[in-house]
Amino acid sequence: MDLTYTAADLAFRDTVRAFLDANLPSDLQKKVRNHLRLSRQDYVRWHQIVARQGWSAPAWPVEYGGTGWTPTQRHIWEEECARSGTPPILPFGVNMVAPVIMAFGNEAQKAHYLPRILNCDDWWCQGYSEPGSGSDLASLKTTAERAGDHYIVNGQKTWTTLAQHADMIFCLVRTDSTVRKQEGISFLLIDMKTPGITVRPIIMLDEDHEVNEVFFDNVKVPVQNLIGQENKGWTYAKYLLGHERTGITAVGRSKRELLFLKKIASEHYKHGKPLMQDPVFSAKIASLEIDLMALETTVLRVITRESHAPGPEASMLKVRGSEIQQQLTELMVEVLGPGALPFDTDYLEGKADHAVTGDDAAAPLAGYYFNYRKTSIYGGSNEIQKNIITQMILGL
Amino acid sequence: MDFTFNEEQQQFADALRRWVDKDYSFDTRKRIVHSPSGVSDVAWNMLAELGMTALPVPEAQGGFSGNAVDMLVVMQELGRGLVVEPYFATVWGAKFLQLAGNQHHRLEDVAKGELKLACALGEKHSRYDLADIKTIAGINGEGYRIDGTKTVVIHGGQADALIVSARSAGTQRDTNGISLFVVPTDTPGVVIRDYRTIDGQRAATVQFNHVAVPASALLSKLGGGWDMLEEAADYGVSLLCAEAVGAMEALFNATLEYVKTRKQFGLAIGSFQALQHRMADMYIHLEQARSMAMLVAARMVCDAEERRRVASAAKVRIGQAAKFIGQQAVQLHGGMGVTDELPAAHHFKRLTMIELTLGDVDHHLERFTAQRGFQQHS
Ligand SMILES: Cc1cc2nc3c(=O)[nH]c(=O)nc-3n(C[C@H](O)[C@H](O)[C@H](O)COP(=O)(O)OP(=O)(O)OC[C@H]3O[C@@H](n4cnc5c(N)ncnc54)[C@H](O)[C@@H]3O)c2cc1C
Repeated sequence: MDLTYTAADLAFRDTVRAFLDANLPSDLQKKVRNHLRLSRQDYVRWHQIVARQGWSAPAWPVEYGGTGWTPTQRHIWEEECARSGTPPILPFGVNMVAPVIMAFGNEAQKAHYLPRILNCDDWWCQGYSEPGSGSDLASLKTTAERAGDHYIVNGQKTWTTLAQHADMIFCLVRTDSTVRKQEGISFLLIDMKTPGITVRPIIMLDEDHEVNEVFFDNVKVPVQNLIGQENKGWTYAKYLLGHERTGITAVGRSKRELLFLKKIASEHYKHGKPLMQDPVFSAKIASLEIDLMALETTVLRVITRESHAPGPEASMLKVRGSEIQQQLTELMVEVLGPGALPFDTDYLEGKADHAVTGDDAAAPLAGYYFNYRKTSIYGGSNEIQKNIITQMILGL
Repeated sequence: MDFTFNEEQQQFADALRRWVDKDYSFDTRKRIVHSPSGVSDVAWNMLAELGMTALPVPEAQGGFSGNAVDMLVVMQELGRGLVVEPYFATVWGAKFLQLAGNQHHRLEDVAKGELKLACALGEKHSRYDLADIKTIAGINGEGYRIDGTKTVVIHGGQADALIVSARSAGTQRDTNGISLFVVPTDTPGVVIRDYRTIDGQRAATVQFNHVAVPASALLSKLGGGWDMLEEAADYGVSLLCAEAVGAMEALFNATLEYVKTRKQFGLAIGSFQALQHRMADMYIHLEQARSMAMLVAARMVCDAEERRRVASAAKVRIGQAAKFIGQQAVQLHGGMGVTDELPAAHHFKRLTMIELTLGDVDHHLERFTAQRGFQQHS
């Protein structure tokens, strides 16, 4: 056993750091580190900077534009990005639809979509959930009826993250309602500009526009946008869920946020002393730091063990990752105390240079806490992850 | 012992609940929150008409001499209905005026609904320590001159007068040397910067730049305001505890309803044992919180030591319950729980901010352990 990075890994880390130092625009870094809201352009800009370096899809096979990095190197890359404070490369294209296209799509689909995903020419969103189908995804009702060389799609998707910016949506649709619910589902790629699609915002608890409802009213989708075989979509969907869950773990970002937490805890005072020196409060931070250490080591164990799609252990990582992210935001609010109450949307949206109370660092944090209640719900709620653990790992 | 509310208390509660149901719907509230002023004069006048502003004021000043238990029923309803009007701030401020004993005229105006108050006590560095005061009050002819900045003054921008803590002697964080004043907001030198809070209420930063007040503005003995400050703060805690219980109850009921009706996998999600146990835990928290809200209201009249002990105990237990119930309610609502659309999510936000007002769990645990009685072991 040797729980240290190899010399090659360390050299790789230096390369990554040098790249980030030279290429991460400081305005983007500032926004990310200060928890400000990112625009569509912010995401695209960073994605394309990374794409020019050839690193926008580290996990893909080299033939499609991947990097050939080992899982450990990919982990180092993600960790370094998080540490510097880069905007995320959104998972919907690179980590979600692309692996499905690679594994189950035809040559034309691969040739058309993969380079565009690599370069963020298309903004993708994920159309799985519906108002009546959340945890029980297979009960989805949106229909796609075959009419010659088209499908006619009708129904509603919901919780569609950042669909307001999207060019393309990958959807699970029902193509056969006479069979077992998992067996009549197909996987369709739909151009968001197709007539009949309406996107309606859902406003989150922090008043940010992050998710949407997407309505399909007789939307014509060419048959060549079907991935793989009709009615086999459930298999493809399950294939990518493991990817989604490991992504949510976010150890790197949590490490950055832990430092941020310590920073504000050393700048806020209790009885004239920094909170960081308060035995009760520092014990809480310590215990969270230790949880994060345990999670990081577990992540490393999982990724160095497997060569392809993560198994049901991904559920464990998702549960712990989301809980730790939530606890970090909880402690940030605790640090601020009464200073967490002010709510300044103008500042958060970049319409004002400074927060109304003068405390810029504090302004986003309560909203961040409320927003982050989502992490135990999306990507399959934590209850569902525990069901997976009990059934698939523990055999209960 | 008797844990029931009397007929009059029940009537107040019923009247309030009818008004909230009829005129203060969630949509109405949302419009008020997003309006430029963030509050509603119509709603305020209605609260006055229903007798709510008169309730805590002594009879001699035109009120009903309502005690903390009377206020419990009222605050519960306001918590349930997510009312954002400056009622808590005013009633809390009125407690100072009442303890001062020299503010009859102002109390009469409070009773009539014609005077709104806010308490300007906290400062940027002070966190929950009400003695951690840098604002200075100096002698100025017959009166005093106040200089300093108060932060997160709840409903400071809507108030006609402010209760202000300032230091007339002693060093920062010294409980000796604190004086309390009442300062009309139109006094020259008072600069108010009003903003929204994340739970839909309003707060303000208030600067006092050479603010001259007459001798009659002094509410406490000069430099001897700490006891009054503490007593009024504990009263504020009891009000917030009551509001929190109302909010928790609404949140609990909404969640119970939701898990009974929301179906996944062909079943109501409330039929999954994992969620059933969660609901049971929420119920247990709610009932513990309710008990503590009753206890703190009843103990407001006790000697200072017991009052402090119970106020801190209540804020701790209710803070813990509020966090558990709030977070679980959101979780059990799934995606719906993190949207701006449901009242439940707003109850959760309000509960979180109550926890950050007048001391969080850690603060009150520390205060509880500091009481003399806690150290005794025989
Ligand atoms: C911010 C955000 C972004 C999202 N982005 C996307 C997106 O881009 N694309 C997309 O398709 N979807 C997205 N989702 C949807 C997300 O995947 C669903 O919200 C999630 O699967 C839960 O479904 P639900 O909201 O319908 O809750 P429900 O399924 O109704 O669950 C409600 C509660 O019941 C519990 N529960 C349900 N079944 C069981 C069971 N069998 N045992 C125990 N407990 C159970 C759940 O854990 C939860 O606590 C997003 C959601 C959020 C909040």
